[in-house]
Formats: sequence, structure tokens, C-alpha cells
Amino acid sequence: MTRHTLSVLVENKPGVLARVSGLFSRRGFNIESLAVGPTEHPDVSRMTIVVAVEDLPLEQVTKQLNKLVNVLKIVEMDTSVSVQRELMLLKVRADLSVRSQVLETVTLFRAKVVDVAPDAVTIEATGTRDKLDALIRMLEPFGIRELVQSGMVALGRGSRSITDRSLRAVDRSA
Amino acid sequence: MTREITGAQSLVHSLEAVGADVVFGIPGGAILPAYDPLYDSTRVRHILVRHEQGAGHAAEGYAQATGRVGVCMATSGPGATNLVTPIADAYMDSVPMVAITGQVASAAIGTDAFQEADICGITLPITKHNFLVQSVDDIPRTIAEAFHLAGTGRPGPVLVDLPKDILQSVTSVLPHEIWPPTLDLPGYRPITRPHSKQVREAAKLISASRRPVLYIGGGVLKARAAAELRTLAEMTGIPVVTTLMARGAFPDSHPQHLGMPGMHGSVAAVTALQKADLLITLGARFDDRVTGRLASFAPKAAIIHADIDPAEIGKNRTADVPIVGDCREVINELIAALAAEPRPELEGWWHTLDGWRRTYPLGYDTPADGSLAPQHVIERLGRISGPETIFAAGVGQHQMWAAQFISYENPYTWLNSGGAGTMGFAVPAAMGAKVGRPDATVWAIDGDGCFQMTNQELATCALEGIPIKVAIINNGSLGMVRQWQTLFYDKRYSNTELGTHPASPRTGVKRVPDFVRLAEALGCVGLRCDSAAEVDATIEKAMAIDDAPVVVDFVVHPDAMVWPMVAAGASNDDIRVARDLAPDFDYSGDAEVNL
Repeated sequence: MTRHTLSVLVENKPGVLARVSGLFSRRGFNIESLAVGPTEHPDVSRMTIVVAVEDLPLEQVTKQLNKLVNVLKIVEMDTSVSVQRELMLLKVRADLSVRSQVLETVTLFRAKVVDVAPDAVTIEATGTRDKLDALIRMLEPFGIRELVQSGMVALGRGSRSITDRSLRAVDRSA
Repeated sequence: MTREITGAQSLVHSLEAVGADVVFGIPGGAILPAYDPLYDSTRVRHILVRHEQGAGHAAEGYAQATGRVGVCMATSGPGATNLVTPIADAYMDSVPMVAITGQVASAAIGTDAFQEADICGITLPITKHNFLVQSVDDIPRTIAEAFHLAGTGRPGPVLVDLPKDILQSVTSVLPHEIWPPTLDLPGYRPITRPHSKQVREAAKLISASRRPVLYIGGGVLKARAAAELRTLAEMTGIPVVTTLMARGAFPDSHPQHLGMPGMHGSVAAVTALQKADLLITLGARFDDRVTGRLASFAPKAAIIHADIDPAEIGKNRTADVPIVGDCREVINELIAALAAEPRPELEGWWHTLDGWRRTYPLGYDTPADGSLAPQHVIERLGRISGPETIFAAGVGQHQMWAAQFISYENPYTWLNSGGAGTMGFAVPAAMGAKVGRPDATVWAIDGDGCFQMTNQELATCALEGIPIKVAIINNGSLGMVRQWQTLFYDKRYSNTELGTHPASPRTGVKRVPDFVRLAEALGCVGLRCDSAAEVDATIEKAMAIDDAPVVVDFVVHPDAMVWPMVAAGASNDDIRVARDLAPDFDYSGDAEVNL
């Protein structure tokens, strides 16, 4: 199964997330990652959905998504022509004996320490899935106490925007 | 001082403005405010049904018979959940319907309040769209959007959920002043106009084909394109098959009509699809009941697939020429494009098709014991009541026989539950159809099992002056299930005996219920017929009664089966014309067409 990243522009209305996720769940597809947030337009939200599924069923889901009244546009984000990032926060055991080693790893991954306690540090890291997985592997020996990830967000490379036309449509109908 | 109205008035005024003339429903706590202004409306007729499922199917029957959006109304909680089956049915068969439900007051939503159900959540996967109205000012626009969504593009059910406090609060937005309100549907853009390059490509394939078939689905009826289809068929000479949802889209008496394809389709229709070199698929969706085992369906055929819903194209069968568009526009453009192409050479194909038609016509056995053949009853119903009659069927054997043995000459004369297969559809759908088309004769052809699911609506019919006619094809059992038990479960008739026959073989109980007495109790005329000799006279007697609903208990042979049949999951190549009897396709008597 191949991993696909979909960017879905939706109207910012209650229930939209349930409508979208329902199309995946009824087919037994597991959403690997999901990130939702507002866009440059207050009435429009953008979802980034990562799902591992074969091409043919994905085409059917995409077509069904397009039929949802609250969905404005769907674009599949090819990894080679888009920037894909996730944000991760992790709390790592780090007393004085190992703290310098933990901090060295943080620097190596261009991550940041955002909180510190006598026996732990909280680290903020952004990057691709691979980079974050590597960071987790490096920090595991010290003891990861807690971990949270944002879900993938993605944007196409270059100057083109997928939102222009959809936002104009929203403005027209408002 | 500005004039103010309540949300309930806004709802009723909006229904008037959008042109809804009939609402099927039942009041209850949360929807009660709406029923007060409804009481005064002279333009919206409310028909008080006996069960919300009846309201939903009546709205479907009304919509399918008239082409207008059907409307049903129910209160919150169980009222709304009783609409779930008809909503799912309308979703599967693309029936334009708006369901209006009351909801508990906004502040009580999510508290498990009395008669609360998250009906928007429940109907999420079975509606084209649904709305929870959150401001009284939004009512007119929401109603306008609901009707627009239900009736355009690929039609379907739309639900509008109205909290009680919204119905009770006041607004200065007056529907009649602002109608039509501006719709706010930026994500809804159905494509109706086909791509001309695709149409030209299709025309070339059609012209070059030697064994083409027009595979016609319900989308042609939804697009109101029966006349255009006939022009296309006649100008090309191509054979036509009409699916269960498309019966009536092309006259059954037309010499180019091969009948219905699918699990219980005619040999000629099923086999024509199997042997075709080109399927011109219009508003059909390659449903499993048509294709049989998908991998072996129409193996040599190129596929032209036109549908208004892009998600249907390529869903089950890859299309060589995909066309997204409204079927009427597609057909019209095809007609124009074909004018520039030579007519396909089909003499050999017709020779073969006529051979199949001649050798394997639809037929049935007359029971040797003198009991009534159900197919005979249905055939006579069609003949005597004539081609303008609207027939609504339930689900099962009687539905298949009604699809096979009645000659449908006009569109919108055949209403049934095709996709969902909802038993109990017939009586309320017939009621809705009769309300929408009061001058038409409307027959419900029902089974004894189906009839017992929704016959309470006959009380509605009797009291509201809706004189439908019901033919119960009473074989004493859940006939289609029993047929499968006969064929695939070694005649072990587990839980299919209903006891509606004169004497139940298992229990000896006689006629529970007695349908004639039940009909009379519901304010209808009850008739009974159990011999072939009386069939015509009984039907004529029923036809003569025009001031009350009529129910005829046709007591038929319990062992009659629906043939032809392609067993579930089997290839269409393995069609059986009767038990253990496969057609001999090597017969064709000609060498011109190499199959």
C-alpha cells in the first residue's frame, strides 16, 4: 500500500470533519495522520490527510470527498513537489548525568528545548516523518516520558497556490 | 416597526415559496411549533401518515412519479430515526427528497434530552447533505439549499434538522420577501454539460461497433431523457436494455428493447451485454445485481460510461470513454455527433439477438394443481390496467415478476426500491404517487411479507381520499428467501412460512392475517381471488372502485420461482432459464457474427 497525502480545502463549518473522516472509516481505511486548521481565508479550513491505501480505492474516496457539499477542493500532494512537515513535542528524561548528551542530540536535529525541569526537558522538533522518526530513535535510550505529534501539513513547492480559485468561489457565494 | 414571524412560520412560508405542495408527516414534541402555521397553510397540504417510514416512502413515491422533490416531516428522536430507512432508500436510488425533522432545543442538544437523537450524525452517510439549523434567520436559505441539493445534479435525500427553540424564536427575515434567497454552496458544482471531445470519441466507437448495446439506467429517467433516448436508439438501430431502475425509460413494446438485464433479467438482455463489443452505458452504475461476477461481465466490450456523478465512472468497471454529464445533454450531443458518422452495421447482431429472443422468451409454468400462477396475475394486471398506470412494488419475487411481466410503455410508471431493497416500499410509495398524480391509476404490487410491514398507511389512504389499489401476491411465505432456500439450502425452509395462506402447511393456521378483513378494518375494499378464472373479473372489479382504496388478496402457488436467474456471485454466462437449465448459446444459426 502506498502512502498518500491529500490537501482538502473545506468550508469552516461544524460537522465537516465527521463527513470527511466517515468516507475513510466506512471503507475500513485508517487515517495515519490528520491536521486541520484555518487558512488565509476565515471561512475556509485546510485539512491535510495522510492515508495508506491503494491507488484505485483512493481515487474512489477522492471522488466521494469531492461530492461532499462542504468540500471545496482536493489536491494530492506528491512528496517530490511539496514541502511536508510535522511538529512534535517530546518530554525526555534528562537529569544532570545525561542532559548534555540529550542537548547534543537536540542541536544535531536542529530541534529546540522549550521547557526544562530538574530531571527532564521538553523538546520541540519539526521536519519530515523520517527525520522525526530518527530523532525519536536517538532519544529513546534516555527515556521518552511523553510524545505528541501534530499531523502532517503540506504545501506545494513553487509560486502556485491551490487556494486562489476556491477562495474566490467562497467570496462570491457569501 | 418591522414585521416579525416565528421560525415555524418561516419554515412553512419557505416551503410554500419553494413550491412544496405536499408534506407527508407526523407531529410530535420538537416539531410541534411547525404544525401550528402548517394548520393555516392553504398551499401546503400535510398528509398525516401512520408511521414515519410511510412518510418517507410516500415522499419517494411522490418524487418518482412527478419528478418534483418529495417532502416528509417528523419529530425528533424516534420520529427522525423512523425516517432512516426511507432516507437510505432514497440515497441508494437517487430520489430527490427533503426530510424535515424537529430537534430538541439548542441548549438541550447533547444532553440525552427526551426524544433526542443526533439525526444529522445518523444520516451522515445516507444523505446527499444535511443541515442542523442554528439560527432562525437561516431557515429560508437552508430550505432553498436543501431543495436545490435534493433536486439537482445526482438527486438524493437532504435532511434539515430544526431545534425547537429555533422554530419558536422570531425573525424579521420574511421568506416571501427575499425569495429566492442567495444560496451559499460554494463547494457544490454538479457538471451537467458533457465534454464534447469525449462525446465525439463515443460517437466514433458507436459507429464502428458491430455488437453494441445501450445499457440504460435510472439516470436517464432522472434526466427526463426518455424521448431523447428513443431518438438515439432509433437513429442507430442499437438494442436497448433497461435496468430495474430504468424500466419505462424505453417502451417495452419497442422492437429494439431486449428487456431487463441482471440477476433476473431476460436471456436476451443478459447475454447481449455478455457478448457485446460496446456498452453505451447511460445513467447506470454497473451494480452487482446487473453485472454478476464483475470480472466476467461483458468481457469483450469497450465501455462508454456517461453519468452525472463522476464517482460512478470507473467505480466498478473501467470506462474507455468516460463522460460526466446530465444524461439528456449527453444523449442530445451524441445524437448531434452521430449525424456525422456512418450508422453502425448491425444486421448480423440483430440476427443473433432475435434468435435468443425467440428461443428464450420470458415465460412461466401454470401450476398443475389448478392454483394461481403469480406471474399470470401480474401479467393480467398490466394488461387490464393499461400503460398509463403507475405500478409500485415491494421487494422480492413479486417485484421481479412485476418488472418482468408488465409492459412499461411510459417513463415514471414503475416505482420500486432497487438499490436498498426495502421491503414495505410499495403501499406508502403508491400512496405518494397517487397524491402526486391523482388522475393516474396507481397499483401497489406487494408481497404478503412486504404488505405486513407498512400496510398501516392504508388507513391514511382511506381517510385522506387516496384511492390506491393493492395487489397482494400472497404465496404464504417470504417468497424470494424461500426460493433461495429451495435452490441453495436444500429446501430447509427456516423462518420463511408466514401463515397468510388458507391453510399453513406447518401450523395448520388459516390466514393470519386475513387480508380481506384487514383491508376492511383499514377502511378499504377487500377482495380475494384464488383461481385463474377469476383473475380478470377481480381486477376489473378493483378497477371500477374509484372512491376507496382496494386491496386484493391474490392467493398464489407457494412454489413459483423467479426465472431466469444468475446465482449470486456467479457469472452472467451461467444464467439459468429454469432450474438446472442453461441456455444453449451455440445456437445462433449464423456465421456472420463471430462471438
